[in-house]
Amino acid sequence: MMLSDFPLWPEQASTVAPGVDALMTFMCIVCGGVSVLTFFVIFILAIKYRRTSENQLAQDYEPPKALEAAWIIIPFLIFMFMFVWGSWLYFRIQRVPENAIDIYATGKQWMWKFQHASGQREINTLHVPVGRPIRITMASEDVIHSLFFPAFRVKSDVLPNRYKTMWFQATKTGRFHIFCAEYCGTQHSGMIGWVEVMEPVDYQKWLAGGAEGSLASQGEKLFQKYACNTCHTNDATGRGPVLLGLYGTTVTLSNNATVTADENYIRESILNPQAKIVKGFAPVMPTFQGQVSEDDLLKLVSYVHSLGTQKTAVVPVETPSSKDTSAGSPLKPGAGIPPQKDKGATP
Amino acid sequence: MSSLTLHDVRFVEPEATRNYITQDYGALSWLFTKDHKRIAILYLISITALFILGGFFAVVMRIELLTPEGDLLTSDTYNKFFTLHGIIMIFFFLIPSIPAVLGNFLLPLMLGAKDLAFPKINLLSWYLYIIAAVMGLYIIITGGVDTGWTFYTPFSTQFSNTHVFGVTFAAFIVGFSSILTGLNFLVTIHRMRAPGLTWFRLPLFVWAMYATSIVQLLATPVLAITLVMLMFERVVHVGIFDPALGGDPLLFQHMFWFYSHPAVYIMILPAMGVASEVVAAFTRKKIFGYQFVAYSSLAIAFLGFLVWAHHMFVAGISVYSAMIFSFLSYFVAVPSAIKVFNWTATLYRASVSLMTPMLYILGFIGLFTIGGVTGLFLAAIGLDVHVTDTYFVVAHFHYVMVGGAVMAYMAGLHYWWPKITGRMYPEWWARLAALLVFAGFNLTFFPQFVLGYLGMPRRYHAYAPEFQVLNVMSTAGASVLAVGYALPLCYLLWSLWYGRPAGPNPWGAVGLEWTTASPPPMENFHETPVVTWDAYDYPAMMKAMGETQNV
Repeated sequence: MMLSDFPLWPEQASTVAPGVDALMTFMCIVCGGVSVLTFFVIFILAIKYRRTSENQLAQDYEPPKALEAAWIIIPFLIFMFMFVWGSWLYFRIQRVPENAIDIYATGKQWMWKFQHASGQREINTLHVPVGRPIRITMASEDVIHSLFFPAFRVKSDVLPNRYKTMWFQATKTGRFHIFCAEYCGTQHSGMIGWVEVMEPVDYQKWLAGGAEGSLASQGEKLFQKYACNTCHTNDATGRGPVLLGLYGTTVTLSNNATVTADENYIRESILNPQAKIVKGFAPVMPTFQGQVSEDDLLKLVSYVHSLGTQKTAVVPVETPSSKDTSAGSPLKPGAGIPPQKDKGATP
Repeated sequence: MSSLTLHDVRFVEPEATRNYITQDYGALSWLFTKDHKRIAILYLISITALFILGGFFAVVMRIELLTPEGDLLTSDTYNKFFTLHGIIMIFFFLIPSIPAVLGNFLLPLMLGAKDLAFPKINLLSWYLYIIAAVMGLYIIITGGVDTGWTFYTPFSTQFSNTHVFGVTFAAFIVGFSSILTGLNFLVTIHRMRAPGLTWFRLPLFVWAMYATSIVQLLATPVLAITLVMLMFERVVHVGIFDPALGGDPLLFQHMFWFYSHPAVYIMILPAMGVASEVVAAFTRKKIFGYQFVAYSSLAIAFLGFLVWAHHMFVAGISVYSAMIFSFLSYFVAVPSAIKVFNWTATLYRASVSLMTPMLYILGFIGLFTIGGVTGLFLAAIGLDVHVTDTYFVVAHFHYVMVGGAVMAYMAGLHYWWPKITGRMYPEWWARLAALLVFAGFNLTFFPQFVLGYLGMPRRYHAYAPEFQVLNVMSTAGASVLAVGYALPLCYLLWSLWYGRPAGPNPWGAVGLEWTTASPPPMENFHETPVVTWDAYDYPAMMKAMGETQNV
């Protein structure tokens, strides 16, 4: 049997994977070391002080009480070191780099649906460029799922009632497992797929094929289909708040509380409009619960997101060698890969 | 023998011929008994039957996992098997195992009491257990349940079309059995100690049962509430956990783990109590740092309530609450570490005998240590993101639950078997079984740590081909483990008829339970014992026996 058929350590294919493996190695050495030492001591003592006659009592001796303090304090200090290292790593895994590419994911029994900002959709396969941070915003259509990329050492549960985000930056091209890690019913173990990590040029080529308009533009059509635009006009005359430039700002509500206009806020305002009423507006919006599918919701959110950034500079797709290939691309400006910032490297 | 030895004790009247087994005959005398010893036997028989059933599901699953494809069972059947394996092993075996069998039998004996404080409630708790078990069996026969033992919403409330209501109702009922046992033990320990038996003269098993009872009494009602909400949601659909009606599925996880994490300590604290008793008896030495070990049980019981969200690090809790729960999870590891080191130190300059109970307990210490330190891996939140919901977690909690709780249960069963039945088990076979269990267990579950780090998710009916070698190792180990568990079933039954009569104190152990006959008379002690020595105080015990022996 080949060793490659029988791996003992998972492939490292993301920027955080070496950090996770380093902590794993440290834990194995420290915990393994202390455990083996304890077993060794038990073994030696059990042999050395074994009973030789039936009525033999133990020797009248107690080890010094200071030992007790030693094995309370020393393990505690080691534990605190583990805690700090683990938390530091967790922050690294949670903090999304600013220039991340947005991809949207929907989990449903029993498949993964991915939508790229340019409008490309795929099921149980995810194409991503190597060396670029990818942010996945995701929700579930039914039960709780969990999107797991073992080679990237990241996973996140996918909830039916709100968006969660995760990110990774692949460090090598290739094909890696996608698993559902939260039990979700009959075909749980079939809710698997592959992430295809490609060179950015190849990714660009792949994106160019067969999309039906960017996610935001599809969302714009839905915005009209559901007649959102009759109230949410682009000037202050509508019955609903202006959505232009809304995304990412702080909104004051009718009870004077404030909330950041992020994906979860937009989603909630579509499904449960009465939950958070913007100050100065009447609670007249009907709910769209049960009328808009998770896929369409993501498009609408993506559209409102795009409205929010429309005032800022729109940067066309640009990678060093992709100028020729993007010429005939149907991509909208701003879709696809945002420009890599020089200081955008992960901490 | 002319001179007294360690095996002679004061309180036995040799002419006593009637004991709790021979006091009455007939099924009704057992089914309507109020005697704690007889109720312990009822529990022993019931949980053994359910252990065999739960083990059957495990064995079939391991056979299924020999190949990457799901070819032996359908996915639905596989999902039902791991659900039923979990529910049976946790609610119907592990939680009642040591408390309801060994605790029931021994607590009054260790305290010098005639019975528990509420004998009728004790019998009621067994009937509740049996009602729940019968409901569970009926549900298994009529189609089973496929939610996983964790019953996560919204899968359990809106999507599963199996018998979720019936099973949660059975778990609800068996919870009351657990609450009543805890209540009974608490009152008994407070009110029924023999004269002179002060708190710090109590055996550490009693301290462990005390801590366990607190958790049973305070945490199990939360499970009851949670399950009622789940049943209500499923039948009436009020929307507590349904996002479409303004509910939150994560609320279920918070409430579920608020019980189910402390429930881990309901399972492991009694095991630690058994370990302390066995280590003391087979080293003939007072447990080093007795008070630290006693208090560490209470510390575990208390801190165990504060760590539930470490099951939810990737489920959707904030970064800061994840940090707090990570910190507290490290905190709860300290008292467990204290115990392991204290048991180890007790061996120093001791009189160590490697009889079967001690073999099991040395195995327990080793396996529990591995289970404990891998918990440290999971508490490191950055690492947990990768390993949670994988086989790493499966291996971790089996090391704690099977390597810890079941090993200690087996140790306790062998240690007190002579007291319970009056007969010795065959030592050679028992040692063989202990070694088989230890080896089979490690072969089964150690590869699962590697599988988990490789990324194999738990609850997978079919898996990626590169995971096969480790899965085959695991299945091979499971077959050794199965033999290891089948052996005691045979030789313990055999010993009931053919075992050597044990006498009151075959181990030369201290502790009030060894001062009465084996099996004990119905009223436990012919006269109320008066305690003048500390727990595990061999010299004082020898003195109390009026024996000045040079050993």
